[in-house]
Amino acid sequence: MLGEHNEITVDELKGLVSDRAIEGETMLLNMGPQHPSTHGVLRLLLELDGEVVVSCVPDIGFLHTGIEKNMEAKSYEKALVMTDRMDYLNNLGNNLCYCLAVEKLVDLDVPERAQAIRVILTELQRIASHLVFTASHALDLAAMSVFLYCFREREHILDIFELCSGARMMTSYFRPGGLWRDVPDEFEPAVRDFLKMMPDRIDQYEALLTNNPLYLDRVKNIGVIDSAEALSWGLTGPSLRATGLAWDLRKANPYSGYEKYAFDVPVGEKGDTFDRYIVRIREMRESLKIIEQALGSLPEGPVRSDNRKYVPPPRSELGHSMEAVIHHFKLWTEGFPAPKGSVYNAVESPRGELGCYLEGNGSAKPLRVHFRTPSFAALQVLPRLSEGHLIADLVAIISSLDPILGDSDR
Amino acid sequence: MSLHAQIVESLREDFGEQILEVVEFRGDTTVYVPPRAIVPVCTFLRDHKTYAFNLLAALTAVDHWPEEPRFEVVYQLYSISQKLFFGLKVPVHGDAAEVPTLEGVYPNANWHEREVFDMFGVKFNGHSDLRRILMPQDWEGHPLRKDFPLGYEEIQFSFNFDEIDKRKPYAKE
Repeated sequence: MLGEHNEITVDELKGLVSDRAIEGETMLLNMGPQHPSTHGVLRLLLELDGEVVVSCVPDIGFLHTGIEKNMEAKSYEKALVMTDRMDYLNNLGNNLCYCLAVEKLVDLDVPERAQAIRVILTELQRIASHLVFTASHALDLAAMSVFLYCFREREHILDIFELCSGARMMTSYFRPGGLWRDVPDEFEPAVRDFLKMMPDRIDQYEALLTNNPLYLDRVKNIGVIDSAEALSWGLTGPSLRATGLAWDLRKANPYSGYEKYAFDVPVGEKGDTFDRYIVRIREMRESLKIIEQALGSLPEGPVRSDNRKYVPPPRSELGHSMEAVIHHFKLWTEGFPAPKGSVYNAVESPRGELGCYLEGNGSAKPLRVHFRTPSFAALQVLPRLSEGHLIADLVAIISSLDPILGDSDR
Repeated sequence: MSLHAQIVESLREDFGEQILEVVEFRGDTTVYVPPRAIVPVCTFLRDHKTYAFNLLAALTAVDHWPEEPRFEVVYQLYSISQKLFFGLKVPVHGDAAEVPTLEGVYPNANWHEREVFDMFGVKFNGHSDLRRILMPQDWEGHPLRKDFPLGYEEIQFSFNFDEIDKRKPYAKE
């Protein structure tokens, strides 16, 4: 929106804001990109009539890091580390989305144990992400203590990730064909401890928010949208389910063995800010159910595919097998070639449909990787949701959509 | 007959010659249509009684440089009732990289088309607000084109610091 001399000219504003703003009747306010309640680096150009938002023009791209371009220059396995850095509250979910797309492209099977561990970890990631949502949503509405409680529990989850992958956030734990390595012995007790603790903790957050009249006054009937309109704007995930439409990719198009687990898809009633909050709280409870089932029926066996054309052999084989050395060398120098063709694969991230479009051209590097990210869609609907609300309500609406700018800008 | 095949069949009935090619790969079905057909085809799929593709899941493009037609604009539609993804592709020549906008059919095409315009320089005719979305407004070129270099920063050591500093691009005033 900046002109040649880094000033906004009147011509550039025409079409973005109403004529009243250009005549000076309404006020233009620049909110962000450095603003605590725009969740990262989102910039909003607000047109205000008093304190009421007349129009809102989101400006994104401040966190654009060229991930898609960079992935085109790396082999399929090495490109995986870029996905961690997209949606930084859903690292394992991004890993999963990309791995499933690669596995679909090269037609690679994943052992059942790896699938179950993937489910456990992505569900933990979903809870961690929803905890950050609850924390920042409450903080934006000036409830400081919820923030502290939620981050306390999130630490437990990040500790489990560290146990498995060695990293709290940039995990790169899922690899095409399975996992980096099997989970350690401490994994199961750590997850069991978490499962035992968590339901009470969710009750605590609910005691602080769900029936709190101060909170309800701020969120009921704010930013209402119906199912058909939400779909037409590409809104998915909890924000779509808040409108009453029970559409969840884990149920509709199951992947990674989700069809084996029994869980409900929580829905809201009206699609307002409160519904978007309560759907996420209930989803945390459902995720706990899934983790419990997956952990209870965790099969024994390998965690990486034994297809040596795509998955490197274990270290132990390198000492005595010439073939293993050759495969190891080929996979780590050149990578594996993927056939010509394109696939689209979508998973349910904590924010909605995370899709990966992957096109191979017969070489070891992808021709094109594109991520369809849920935050991109959520920010696009923001002008529609915020019209006619107060600025204070706009803050509630932004946080209820749970946008992650790393996710939308990539 | 699978649902994908049924959809392709009914598309062929209504659009005949305009269905250029049908590709089946790993369970995904992708139909190639010319630019002029993309809006009618999407309207048909969205308003169809049984299929009802009511979500535009993704919209992106691929650059096949130096081959021609250079670009492919990729559409992924989803039907909530049928739980089905369906792909559409529009081949676009590099000299006249223009496609009609899909905004009238799916409002969320707005930002996705801006992103494709920003990254590939494909123009969307009739688009209400075709500005760059991720790159800065004064950026030159379209980064995801294959002939756009990846770029890197030269590493400065004490012996060549000044030399590199001279040609290093800094933010202009």
